[in-house]
Amino acid sequence: MNEYYLTIGLEMHCEGSLTNSKVFSSGKNEYSDLPNCNVSPVDMGFPGVLPVLNKQALKHAIIMSLILHARIPEYMYFERKNYYYPDLPKGYQITQNPPEECVGNGGYIDIEREDGSTFRVEIDNFHLEEDAAQLTHLYDTSTINYNRAGNPLYELVTKPCLHSADDAVRFLEHIRSIYQYCGISEADSKKGHLRCDVNVSVSKDPNKLGTKVEIKNVNSFSSVRETILAESQRQIDLINAGKEAEIIQETRRWDEGTGTTIGMRDKVDAEDYKYFVEPNIPPYKLEASWIEEIKASIPKLPYERKNSYINDLGLSPYDANIIIKEKAISDYYDECIKLGIEAKSAANWLTVNILGYLNKEFQKIEDFFITPTMLKTILDKQKEGVISSKQAKDIFAEALEKHIDPKELISSDNMQLNDEETIRTIVKDILANNEANVTAYKNGKTNLFQFFVGNVMKETKGKANPSLTAKIVEEELNK
Amino acid sequence: MDKTITELHEELKNNHVTSQALVDEAIKKSHEVQEKCNAFVTILDDAKGSDVTDDLLSGIPFGIKDNYSTKGILSTGSSNTLKDYVPFFTATAIENLMSHGCIPVNKTCMDEFGMGGTGTTAHTGVQKNPWDPTRMTAGSSSGSAAAVAAGVYPFATASDSGDSIRKPAAYCGIVGYKPTYGMISRYGLFAYVSSLDTCGVMTRSVTDAAIVVDAMKGIDPKDMTSWDSSDIHLYQDLTKEVSGKKLFYIKEIVDKNHYTNLPRETEEHLDNFMKTIDIVRSLGIEVDEVSIDQDILNAIASTYVVLGCAEATSNMSNLTGFSFGPRGEGNSFQEIMKDHRTKGFSSLIKRRFVIGSYVLQTVNQERYFKNAQRARRLIVDTIKEQFKKYDGLIMPVGTGVAPKLDNTDRVTDDELTPLEEHLQIGNFGGFPSITIPNGFINNLPVGINITGNCYDDQNVLNIAYALESKMNYKNQIAKEVK
Repeated sequence: MNEYYLTIGLEMHCEGSLTNSKVFSSGKNEYSDLPNCNVSPVDMGFPGVLPVLNKQALKHAIIMSLILHARIPEYMYFERKNYYYPDLPKGYQITQNPPEECVGNGGYIDIEREDGSTFRVEIDNFHLEEDAAQLTHLYDTSTINYNRAGNPLYELVTKPCLHSADDAVRFLEHIRSIYQYCGISEADSKKGHLRCDVNVSVSKDPNKLGTKVEIKNVNSFSSVRETILAESQRQIDLINAGKEAEIIQETRRWDEGTGTTIGMRDKVDAEDYKYFVEPNIPPYKLEASWIEEIKASIPKLPYERKNSYINDLGLSPYDANIIIKEKAISDYYDECIKLGIEAKSAANWLTVNILGYLNKEFQKIEDFFITPTMLKTILDKQKEGVISSKQAKDIFAEALEKHIDPKELISSDNMQLNDEETIRTIVKDILANNEANVTAYKNGKTNLFQFFVGNVMKETKGKANPSLTAKIVEEELNK
Repeated sequence: MDKTITELHEELKNNHVTSQALVDEAIKKSHEVQEKCNAFVTILDDAKGSDVTDDLLSGIPFGIKDNYSTKGILSTGSSNTLKDYVPFFTATAIENLMSHGCIPVNKTCMDEFGMGGTGTTAHTGVQKNPWDPTRMTAGSSSGSAAAVAAGVYPFATASDSGDSIRKPAAYCGIVGYKPTYGMISRYGLFAYVSSLDTCGVMTRSVTDAAIVVDAMKGIDPKDMTSWDSSDIHLYQDLTKEVSGKKLFYIKEIVDKNHYTNLPRETEEHLDNFMKTIDIVRSLGIEVDEVSIDQDILNAIASTYVVLGCAEATSNMSNLTGFSFGPRGEGNSFQEIMKDHRTKGFSSLIKRRFVIGSYVLQTVNQERYFKNAQRARRLIVDTIKEQFKKYDGLIMPVGTGVAPKLDNTDRVTDDELTPLEEHLQIGNFGGFPSITIPNGFINNLPVGINITGNCYDDQNVLNIAYALESKMNYKNQIAKEVK
């Protein structure tokens, strides 16, 4: 691989799942509902319907353009991309073309790696378009679900400027989190919100691009990584075997089963989409004041939050990276900090206990029972010494399991034992019953110290304050 | 039913007639005209009269061109691809109209989806002219023109992408008004050339045209190209003074000496036009002859063909027979689609689709489509330059009377093309444009057209109203020529 230079370009489609209605119609934007219940006449292309641009979707597109440092044209134009397919009710898709007329033209974004280094991704264009209906092919029939038809779709096209699968995925993950942070999309691969086309080429000469191969409809980031690795290896193997001529500019697809890319009948390049201006949407002037208003509304983005976690709260870059990956998790963390939970402790609970639970249970933090306020209750009691850290974890688990406010669970029954006299009595008893071990300890077998502490814990069912217990054991042993 | 809207309103208010009686008469008349002219796709035999209010349109029957979507009523666009299509929503323009209490009694025939200017390509057959059934009405609003001319009702809605209101109006001796683009919402109007399509009306008087368009117009949140005309009151302001206004006509099209081989009928038509110009001048309106670059005039027709075919092929890509229209046969979606479209469209439309696809192809687009867009801009700029000086353009409609359906009198001389097709300028610029009858040649009606600058509908109508009052063709009903 070292002697080869890998180049990747990405086309990332993201469904704008967070507008109320579709991009050119008043149909409800919620395609996971019962099939064909969120459909307006416009979405099915009935004769006489007209598109009406959704200002919220346009605003979302402008937010992305601003974040991508892209040029935003003075007027918004839309074009028709004409082709026949059963999932395209009008026989054309309303989109934007060419790049200079897209809501975002050119631009760049800097991506941070986990080790703190950065790389820049050059943007070719960013545009707003409408999604097609959803086709499902059954044994001898196909069904069409128009719920998705006309939903806002944002397409981000990079220049061929990425050089590793890891960087490609880092870029995609970062863009996904921006979509989430800005309230544009849930950007959930499981819901089919994200689709990527991946362009891969390899070359021996770093100054020259090899033959570009496009792999279409790669639907998860892990598949993007595997696609890039498999496709670049396929091309390298062909070159090494002296069959470089077999690498042709073509469209392939990722086959999860075999872990390979497979050539498709080359329909796409052969098709002429006959782009022309959509006459039903007059040029839409983007007022500078509106752009400024939108700019001011952009929330704190992942990297800003990360930097503040590291610099202001003293988190490790590792923890900070985990927390910012999803906005909802970062929001949860911010809420914890606002409530006054100590920063490192909150990070620890979030990254270890909470995320551990969510991953195991395939749950989202939005549905997580323990609120930051509940977490604070537990941690406060622990800090006050009312409960031990083990008890804190037990209460956390019990509250989660039974959906009971932890407040109810912190009762006298399980409060931490802090009474010095009680602990001392127990310690004395244990030492008296283990004379042999006491002697051994005094003769130098100091690791028996934990044996005595452990017995106190056993006796008190873990409720004895551990540091207090250790102190008393030491005092009694050294008497 | 040979009366004007205001006359009918008077009679309804004074209980000389009921709304139901008018509706019944219109339906009866519809069947007669259907027999004679083949003007309708659907006659609504069970239409009911409505309450009569102070609204001028209340209780009055009317017709709807079949490319307007009407809820619960067959809407075919005169195409086999939609021969059984019953929409579940009504076009905004029709909703607006019906909120005034008028009653649709039929859906009128048209050239399939508005394509073709002859009135002969409807899936229900050839449309005949009520003045002479051996002649065409022109199109595409053929049924609306014939029905209004024959006195079925005082008005019918229509649409105009090239001259589809204004030429049939001339051939049928009635008034055809195409307002400024976007004054009436296009939501629910079957798209043909979206950038040119305009809703409008056929009537027998300028007054009625003003009343009806007042009721149809208005900004519509469902049509981004619609605009707010709430401060325009066409009917109320119709009688404003026109003395001192200025009009122009295009020398290269109107001057007889400009032609090498002018048919006699066309010569009479141009003479008649000049006579009308004298009447216009007698109203205190200044009329000038203006010279326009012949190359610009020659570009009009081909510009229309390229833009029209291009947009049409895209606009009608929704007709696949999957979610509406008769389902085609075949073993793949391509075959099913192809079968539907092969059987559904007439050969004229298919030819236009081929042209449309050709001019939009990447390799051809610059040469044809983009150049046509540039030509459109040039033509519009040229006319708009004149509108700085003039209130409007006044021109004869077509080369004369309605041609014979068997084509025996067809003149296909290139030098006559600008005269035949200049009304398309009105669509290129989105200009308000009205045709009114201005006389007869061999007992067949001919028309004159006034076109003004965008949003200047009031001015155009006021001039047309004043001119109409000075001539004797107001509210005429077709008398069959033997």
